[in-house]
Amino acid sequence: MLELKKLTKTYRTGDKALQDVTLTIPKGQVMALIGPSGAGKSTLIRCINRLVEPTSGSVILDGTDITALGTGGLRKMRRQMGMIFQEYALVERLTVMENVLSGRLGYVGFWRSFLRKYPQSDVDEAFRLLDRVGLMAMADKRADELSGGQRQRVGIARALIQNPRLLLVDEPTASLDPKTSRQIMRLICELCAERDLAAVINIHDVALAQMFVERIVGLKAGELAFDGKPTEMSEEVLTSIYGEEDWQATIRNVDDEEDAEADVAAS
Amino acid sequence: MTAVALDDRIGKAWKKPPLIANPALRWTLFIGALAYVVLAVASIDVNWSRVAEGLSRGWAFVTAFFTPDFVSRGGDIWAGILESVIITITSTVVGIGLSVPIGLGAARNIAPLPVYLVCRAIVSLSRALNEIIVAILLVAIFGFGPLAGFLTLSFATIGFMSKLLAEDIEEMSKAQAEAIRATGSSWLQWINYGVQPQVMPRLIGLSMYRLDINFRESAVLGLVGAGGIGATLNTAFDRYEYDTAAAILLIIIVTVMALEYLSGIIRAKVQ
Repeated sequence: MLELKKLTKTYRTGDKALQDVTLTIPKGQVMALIGPSGAGKSTLIRCINRLVEPTSGSVILDGTDITALGTGGLRKMRRQMGMIFQEYALVERLTVMENVLSGRLGYVGFWRSFLRKYPQSDVDEAFRLLDRVGLMAMADKRADELSGGQRQRVGIARALIQNPRLLLVDEPTASLDPKTSRQIMRLICELCAERDLAAVINIHDVALAQMFVERIVGLKAGELAFDGKPTEMSEEVLTSIYGEEDWQATIRNVDDEEDAEADVAAS
Repeated sequence: MTAVALDDRIGKAWKKPPLIANPALRWTLFIGALAYVVLAVASIDVNWSRVAEGLSRGWAFVTAFFTPDFVSRGGDIWAGILESVIITITSTVVGIGLSVPIGLGAARNIAPLPVYLVCRAIVSLSRALNEIIVAILLVAIFGFGPLAGFLTLSFATIGFMSKLLAEDIEEMSKAQAEAIRATGSSWLQWINYGVQPQVMPRLIGLSMYRLDINFRESAVLGLVGAGGIGATLNTAFDRYEYDTAAAILLIIIVTVMALEYLSGIIRAKVQ
């Protein structure tokens, strides 16, 4: 469904953020992208919707080469890719509802969006999503009045109202506490399953990634270093991606995981 | 830090490194600056007998503040104030209206390079030319009266507002703007959702501040014939009617203070 072919990004400073990355993500697959800071995870995700222009290579979504699109075509394509950000990236001075509805900007004209006169179907869908993420009561609050976990839920609703085929998720749990992190990851994965969405999730927390996703890809200095199932994650793999360290505590075994699940369910 | 042995450091005083490392250069600059100040002060030529004469006139002006005369030229004062208020409001509105597009164009992070250069050139031109000079030029073109004042202040507002607005846009949170772009928004939608909410409080605050500046400037511009309360003030000085001048100055002071108070309230509300 999503294909990256020899994707390369060299910044003007000469930094090679990505080198010949080739990846295929089938429909409905949730994939975690791990790797040290500066390995090119954020760049990779931003090259997919061209918030960052790739230097060479191609990104193909359902047969369309995104890298070859003009401005109008790119806008149409961006509508189909919902993005969830590190630190939420909500527009803080807009209300929760405006933030969610901003996910429809690619579908409505300027005056409708300027006057906040969205089609009734969009408004209904916004309320449905807010209800789904448990923030119905917050619709008219300003985004900066919400807690971190609540803000990220709004971010998720904003991405989903685009009715996307693909979710691009950049460090969704970076500034959240461990419990909220799990809840957010669970919510993202559940929603992907409900809607049969593919997702690329950048994540620092290897254990958290192992807990929720079906495939893990490791990136090191802009190149693929690992591609496999969460159960294939081993000390050697982590050392090859991140360097020498005691990884024993980082890798989860299955018993642990079930305990943790039970914890969260109980709380 | 391993290069410096800890033993060499222990027991020794620590001093902040000087701003200029080279001691010769440091002392040369210091003594040079001191010599310049002494010479500069010595070169000021004060005519003390003229000062002694002028002091009494200055004092007459100051005492006039205790007996301001609002009445004998009441009609002129009122007409002047009204004209100043009209100049202030129209020039602020027109100036801000023009500043918004120019400010967007002058922000490097959202405008393409050619647009940026043109807008920056307009801003630099507006800021380089002092209001008084622009007013003298426009009075020469359009004749005495409020039209010249209005045009001058609109022009000056563009330089002030566009520059500060552009700087605020350049400092905005990239993440919020990026998130809106990622939804597939058009450029105008992106400005409306991603940029405008971030800079709106500052835009409102600056607008109020500029309103206040424009009112004060309108009093000064009258001195070169660009209309407003300044013209009335100028006439009062020419006639040595210090009590009327004092009344006008008091009105200006009170109005500026009221505007400042109002802008404080508004800025606190729009955070």
